[in-house]
Amino acid sequence: MASNAEEKAESARTRSAWLLSTPALIVLLFAASGPLLIVVTYSFLTPGQYGNVVWNFDLSGWVGILFSKDIFDGTWHLADAHLSIFWRSVKLSLLTTAITFAVGFPTAWFIATRPPTQRALWLFLITIPFWTNLLIRTIAINEVIRNEGLLNTVLIWIGVISTPLHIIYTDTAVLIGMAYVYLPLMVLPLYAAIDRFDMRLLEAGYDLYASRIQVLRRVILPIVKPGIIAGSILVFVPSLGAYVTPRVLGGGKNMMIGNFIELQFGQARNWPLGAALSMTLLIVVMAALLVYVKASTREGNPHG
Amino acid sequence: MSESPIAVEARNAVKAFGQGATAVKALDDVSVKIKKGEFFTLLGPSGCGKTTLLRLIAGFETPTSGQILLDGADITQLPPNKRPVNTVFQSYALFPHLTVAQNIAFGLEMQGRPKAEIKKTVARMLALVKLEPMADRKTSQLSGGQQQRVALARALAPAPKVLLLDEPLSALDLKLRKEMQIELKRLQMETGITFVFVTHDQEEALTMSDRIAVMSAGHIQQVGAPREIYTRPANRFVASFIGETNFLTGKSDGEAVQLDIGSKIAIKAPPGPVSLAIRPEQVRVVAANDPGALPATVGATVYFGTDTHLHLVMKDGSTLVARMQSPASGSGDLAKGTNVGVTFPDSALQLLGD
Repeated sequence: MASNAEEKAESARTRSAWLLSTPALIVLLFAASGPLLIVVTYSFLTPGQYGNVVWNFDLSGWVGILFSKDIFDGTWHLADAHLSIFWRSVKLSLLTTAITFAVGFPTAWFIATRPPTQRALWLFLITIPFWTNLLIRTIAINEVIRNEGLLNTVLIWIGVISTPLHIIYTDTAVLIGMAYVYLPLMVLPLYAAIDRFDMRLLEAGYDLYASRIQVLRRVILPIVKPGIIAGSILVFVPSLGAYVTPRVLGGGKNMMIGNFIELQFGQARNWPLGAALSMTLLIVVMAALLVYVKASTREGNPHG
Repeated sequence: MSESPIAVEARNAVKAFGQGATAVKALDDVSVKIKKGEFFTLLGPSGCGKTTLLRLIAGFETPTSGQILLDGADITQLPPNKRPVNTVFQSYALFPHLTVAQNIAFGLEMQGRPKAEIKKTVARMLALVKLEPMADRKTSQLSGGQQQRVALARALAPAPKVLLLDEPLSALDLKLRKEMQIELKRLQMETGITFVFVTHDQEEALTMSDRIAVMSAGHIQQVGAPREIYTRPANRFVASFIGETNFLTGKSDGEAVQLDIGSKIAIKAPPGPVSLAIRPEQVRVVAANDPGALPATVGATVYFGTDTHLHLVMKDGSTLVARMQSPASGSGDLAKGTNVGVTFPDSALQLLGD
C-alpha cells in the first residue's frame, strides 16, 4: 500500500517536472533542432539561380566541399582553395587555443593565488572586454596593428624598426585578434580549476624531491586538467567557426570556414554548399571534442 | 663525554613573520639537537612555534637568522627538494590524481631511482603499512586512517634521514589515534629513522617519544625524556602543560621553605617567595588526626572511572587536587565537608624556576 502511494507521488513529481521544462523544451526544439533540420535538408538540394534552393535532391553541395566543377569542361577536381581554408581554420584555431593557454594559465594562477577579497576584482577586470561589442573590439585591434597603427608608429618612433611591420590582413593578425577575443574563455575555467587546487600539494611535491618544473608537470597540470579541457573546448570551438575576426583582421584572402560559409549564402549564391559546409563544421567540431575528451581522460588513468 | 651522533640541529634559529614593528617572532633564538634514530617530539600549544621549527627543518621556510644543520652540514639555504628529509603533513596532502602505489612511488621517481628498485620499495612500503590490497585505489577511496598510512609510506619510501610529522594524528578519532600511535612507534623502531613529531597532545608526546621539547611563545622551555619532563618540570609552564598539577606557594629563608598550606620542608631555594608543583597522584589523603598531616576539607569529588579526584580545601583557602584509585564498589566517596588530613613526600615537591 505504502509503496503504491510512493509510486503515485513519484510519477506525479515526474509529470510536474516535465510540465515545468516544457517551455524550455519547446524553445530548444524550434530554436536548435529546427534550424539544424533546415540546414541538413538544404544541403541535399539544388542551388537556385539567385540564392535560395530548388526542391530537387542533389549531392553537389556535399561534393562541393572537396571538389569544384571546372567552368569550361564541367569536370570535377579537388578544390585546393577549399582545402587551404579548412587547413587555415584548424591551424589558427589550434594556435589560438595554445596561445590563450600559454597566456591564460599564468593569469589564472595569479588570480587564484590572490587573497580571496581581491579575486573578485581581478575576475571582474578579466570580463571587462565582454562589455563592448566584438566588432568594435576587433576594429580596435585593427587600429593597433595596421601599417599606420599604434604599434608601428611607436616602434618606428623609438627606432626599433624603420619600415612598418606588415601584420594586418595576415594569419598573424587573425591569430592576435582571436587570442585576444577568446582569452577570457580560457582564463575563467582555468581559474575555477586552480581555485579548487589544494596548494598544500605543492609543498608535498617539493618535499618529495620534485623540482618546480616537475611539480608543474606531475602535480599541478594533471590535477587542473578538467579546467584545461574546458578552457580549450571553449576557445577551440568558437575559433573554428570564427567570422568577425578573420573578416576584419584577415581581409578577403585569409578566409576561415565561417567566412567561407557566409560567402556561399551571400555572393556565391550556393546555399546547399553553405549548408553542407555548416554541417561539416559541426561534425568536425564534435569529432574533435570526442577525440580530445577521450584522449585526455584515458591519459589521466594510465593504470585504470 | 660520548654522545650519540646528532641528526638535526637548530642553531639560534629565529623566524619572524612580517616587517618592522609589526613583525611577530614565531621562533625566538631556538637551539636544539636531535639525536640520530630517536623519536623526538616538539610539544606545545598552538602558536608556540613548533610547526615553524618543523618547516624550517623541512625547508618550507628559511630562518630570519640562525642555522639548520643536518648530519653536521649546514642546510639552511637548501630548498626542500634538495633535503633528504620528508614530511607527513597534517592534511596528508596526498596526490588525488594518483593511486596509492603511485603516491608512494612519487618521491622515488623524482629522485630518478631505477624502475625495478621503485617497484620493490613500493611493495615493501605497502607491506610495512599493511595496505597491499589498496595499491591501485585512488586515495579518495580510502578512510582517514588508511590515508594516514599512505602519507607515512610515501614519506618513508625515499628512506629520508629524518622524518618530520606535523600533527599527523589530529584528524583521526580517538580509537584510531591510539592505534596509529603504536603503529608510528613500531615504524620508527623498524626503520630506525629519526622521527621529529609535532603535537599539542601531551599524552601522545609522553607515550611515544624518546625525548620531548616543550615549546611556548617561540622558545623551548625544556628538553628531556618524558619521565623527566613529567616529574621534574623546569618551570610553571611545563608543569601546567604536561599533565595535571597542583601549584603551591611558600616563602624560602634560604634553608627551608615554609608552605602557605602549613608545613615546612627542607628545600634549598634563594630567599623570598617561591612556587612549587606537586602531581595529584603524589598527594595522599589520610585521617584528620593522623600525626603530621595537614588539615583539609573535602570540597568536591570527581569520578573518572579508574581514578577519583578529590578537591581538598586547605587551611589558606587554596585547593589541592588528590588523585586516588576509585574505591571498590559499595564503599562510598568521602562526603563534601569531611575533615581529612593531607600528606605528601617532600621529594614529590618540585621547585619551579621563574
